[in-house]
Amino acid sequence: MSNDIKIKKGLDIKLKGEAEKTTEKAVVSNFYTLRPDDFHAVTPRLIYKEGAKVKAGEPIFHDKTNEAVKFVSPVSGEIIEIERGAKRRIVGIKIQADKEQTYQDYGKLDVNAVDADIIKAHLMASGCWTFIKQRPYDIIAKADQSPKAIFISGYDSAPLAADLDYVLQGKEAELQAAITALGKLTDGKVHVSVGAKSNSPLAGLSGVTLHKVSGPHPCGNVGTQINKIDPVNKGETVWTINPQDLVIIGELLLTGKFNAERIVALVGSSVKKPRYFKTKIASEVATMVYDNGVDQNGNDRIISGNVLSGKQIGPDGYLGYYSNLITIIPEGDDYEFFGWNKPIFDKISNSRALTFSWLTPNKTYDLDTNMNGEHRNFVLTGNYEEVFPLDIYPMQILKSCLYEDLDEMEALGMYEVAPEDFALTEFICVSKQPHQQIIRAGLDLMIEEIG
Amino acid sequence: MGLKQNLHNLREKYKGTKMAPAFNALHTFLYTPNYTAQGGTHIKVADDLKRTMNTVIMALIPCLIFGMFNAGYQHYLAVGEIQAVTNGFFSSEFWNLQNFILGFWKILPLVIISYGVGLGIEFLFAVIKGHEVEEGYLVTGMLVPLIVPIDIPWWMLIVAVAFGVVIGKEVFGGTGMNILNPALTIRAFLFFAYPTWMSGDKVWVHGAVERTKEIANGSTADAISGETILGSLAQSHPVDYSVMDMFYGFIPGSVGETSTLLILLGGLFLIFTKIGSWRIMVSAVLGALVMGYIFNVVVDAGWITETSKFYGLMSTEFWHHLIIGGMAFGIVYMATDPVTGSQTNKGKWIYGFLIGFISIMIRVFNPAYPEGVMLAILLMNVFAPTIDHYVVQGNVKKRLKRGKLKTA
Repeated sequence: MSNDIKIKKGLDIKLKGEAEKTTEKAVVSNFYTLRPDDFHAVTPRLIYKEGAKVKAGEPIFHDKTNEAVKFVSPVSGEIIEIERGAKRRIVGIKIQADKEQTYQDYGKLDVNAVDADIIKAHLMASGCWTFIKQRPYDIIAKADQSPKAIFISGYDSAPLAADLDYVLQGKEAELQAAITALGKLTDGKVHVSVGAKSNSPLAGLSGVTLHKVSGPHPCGNVGTQINKIDPVNKGETVWTINPQDLVIIGELLLTGKFNAERIVALVGSSVKKPRYFKTKIASEVATMVYDNGVDQNGNDRIISGNVLSGKQIGPDGYLGYYSNLITIIPEGDDYEFFGWNKPIFDKISNSRALTFSWLTPNKTYDLDTNMNGEHRNFVLTGNYEEVFPLDIYPMQILKSCLYEDLDEMEALGMYEVAPEDFALTEFICVSKQPHQQIIRAGLDLMIEEIG
Repeated sequence: MGLKQNLHNLREKYKGTKMAPAFNALHTFLYTPNYTAQGGTHIKVADDLKRTMNTVIMALIPCLIFGMFNAGYQHYLAVGEIQAVTNGFFSSEFWNLQNFILGFWKILPLVIISYGVGLGIEFLFAVIKGHEVEEGYLVTGMLVPLIVPIDIPWWMLIVAVAFGVVIGKEVFGGTGMNILNPALTIRAFLFFAYPTWMSGDKVWVHGAVERTKEIANGSTADAISGETILGSLAQSHPVDYSVMDMFYGFIPGSVGETSTLLILLGGLFLIFTKIGSWRIMVSAVLGALVMGYIFNVVVDAGWITETSKFYGLMSTEFWHHLIIGGMAFGIVYMATDPVTGSQTNKGKWIYGFLIGFISIMIRVFNPAYPEGVMLAILLMNVFAPTIDHYVVQGNVKKRLKRGKLKTA
C-alpha cells in the first residue's frame, strides 16, 4: 500500500516576502513572556511569585486540574511581572533573562531502557509534555489516554511557512531520540509526513511510518493528514507534535536540558530582508523585527504564526509557544472606492467574478488585513468544499457549532478537526464568517459538556 | 481625500444609533469598509457578498435590455405597425429605437418599483432589528421585473413585493435564512392573488388588456392577441413561431424570460465566474429533457390521442421545452439560488434534476396555467433541506461505520 497522500482540494496562497535560506542569530532579547493563552483550556497555577529567580527549564506554573504537567521557563532569569487581565486572569509571565544562562538538569534518559510511564513522567516534569497536543479538541494531550497513533507533519504548506527541511537540518539525533520515546507511548504507529520533493531529515528516521504529501495547502496540515491516514473516531485519541518541538524533546532526553532555542522565519511583505533567525520560545520580537527593516512607524500587523491561523501580537509582543514563524503584513484599515464592483487584479480570489487572480496562478501577492467586505449570514454554498480536503461537510459542521447541537457536531466529525483546518474556508468565505472561532467555541462546548 | 474622510466622520457619528445600518448600506455602496480581520485569518479573499450579487446582476442585464426591445417589438407587431423579424438575431426590425423606447418606459417603472419597495422594506427591517442591510435583494429586485407581465398594474407589484420580502424573507431573518426564493414568492403571490393578470392570452403584450377593454366598450379595433407559446400549446392552438424565434426570444412572455440565447450566455457567465452552480443547471436541463422525452414516447406509442387536452404539450419535441416559457430563465437564475437550493454538491444534482423533471410535468398537466418552473422550484425549495439531510447522513453513517469497524 502506498503511503503517499495526494490532495486536490485546497488553495496555495502565494504571498510576497518568503524567507531567504540564511539563518542569523537574533539579537538576544532580555525579556521573555509566556502567555497562558497559547495553551488552550489551561488555567495556570503559579509555582513562583514575582521576583523569584528561575533556571531555564524550571517549572513556573502548572495547570489547575493537572499538577503533573509543568510549564517551564524558556530562560534563566527573574520573574519580573505577572500580567493580569480581567478577573485577575493571568495573561503573561514576564521573565528578565540572565546574561549567563543556567539550566535545570533533568538528567539523560535512555528511552530504550525504561518503560512508558517513566518517559511520561520525565516529559511532564521537564515541560516537554506541553508540546504534545491531542485530537479531539486540539488541546495539550491528556496523559491518562493512550493515543491510537501519533502524527507529525514535517511539511508546512501554509502561506510563507518556514521550510521545515531547512530548519531541521542536522537535528537527526534529537529527532530520533524524541521519536523513539514517543513510539513507546502509543500502541499504534507514529506517522511522519514529509513533502513529496523534500530532503527532510525526518525521512531517514526509524520507528516511523513515512508518508509523502503533495497538493495545495492544507496538505501540510496535520489535520488533513490524520483525515487521510487514520481519522479519529469517537472514543479515540491521536497526538500531534510539531517537528521543531521534537528537537527540544530530543535534546532534553539526550542532554537533560530544556533548550528553548528555535529557528524562526521572519516573513511577509513588510519585511525588507525576510530570512531565518535563531531565537527562543517566548522571546520579545521587537528587536528582531525592527532591526530588520520593518518601518517602526509603519502601519503593519505582526503575527506570531502564519497569516491564516497565527495570533496578532503588538510590536511589544512575544513569540508564541508553538510558533516558528513571524509574519508581518500591512494593515488594511482603509476604505476602497467601489471596492465591491471594480475589477480586482492585486488580490487573491477563488472566484472569477471580475477578480483576475485565476489568470496568474504563480504571481505572489501583497495582501493586507482588510476584510474586503462585511460580515454576513452564510449565503453561498459549494465554495468551501473546493478548498476543504477533509471528508467532512464544512458548512454543515460550522452551522451545527453555531446552534450548539452536540449530537450533530459529533456525528459530523468534530472529534477530527482543529480550528486551523477551517482556516482556508475562513479565508475564502464571502460572508466573512469567523470559521476558526466558531470551531474553537464548538470544541470548547464539547469539552465542557462531554469531556 | 475629502469625500472618504467626510463619510468616515459621518459613520462615526451614526455609530450605535438606529440609523447606522441605513447609513452603512449607502456608505458601503461607495466604499468597501476599513474593517480589518480580527481573531481569525489575517487575510481575506477579495470577494464579498456585494460582488457576488453584482455578478448575478451583470448576468441579468442582457435579459433586461432584450426585454425592453422585445416589449416594443411585440406591441408594434401585434398592432400591425411592423413586420416580423426575418433575418436572424440582429434584425433591424427588432433592434431599433422605437421598440426600445416603448419597452424602456414600460419596464423602467417596474424596476424602480421593485427596488424602491423591496429595498425600502429591507432598510426598515435593518433599522428596526439593528442588523446590516443585506445584499440578497439586489438580485431579487432585478429578477422581479423580468418575471412579470409587462402591463402588470403597479399597485399589484407593490403589494406583491412587500408580501414577498416580508413573508418570504424577513420573517425568517433575512438573506441566508429564507426557505423560499423571494423572487418566486413574489411571483407566486401575484399568480394566486391576481390570476387574470398572470395567465391567459391578454397580458403578455403591451396594450392587449387595454384594447380588450376598448372593444368591450364598443371599439371596432382588432383585438391584440398575446398568447405565449405555452398557452397556444396548452389550448392545442397552432404555434406560428419558428424554433429560432423561440431561441432568440422574439416571442411573447414575461419581460425578461424569452431570450434563451441571452439566458444561455448569462448561465455560462455565472458558471465561468463560479457564482452559479453548474451542477444545478446541468442536472435541471437533464431532468427537463428526460421528462419531455418520456412524454414524447407516450405520444409516439399512441397512448394518448390528439383529442386529449394534454396532446399539444406532450407532443412538443422534448428539447423545445427548454426554449419556450420560463424554463431556461428559472433554471439559470432562480434554481441556482444558493440559499434556497440544495447546499451539498450531491444534493444539487438531485435538486436540479427534480426541478427540471417536475417543471415539465406541471407544465403538461396543469390546465389552468401552462408553466411549471415557478412551482417546481418553490416545491424543491421546500424539499432541498430534506435532500441535504439524506446526503449528509451518508457521510455520518460512513463515520459511524468506520468507528464500529475499529472497535469490533
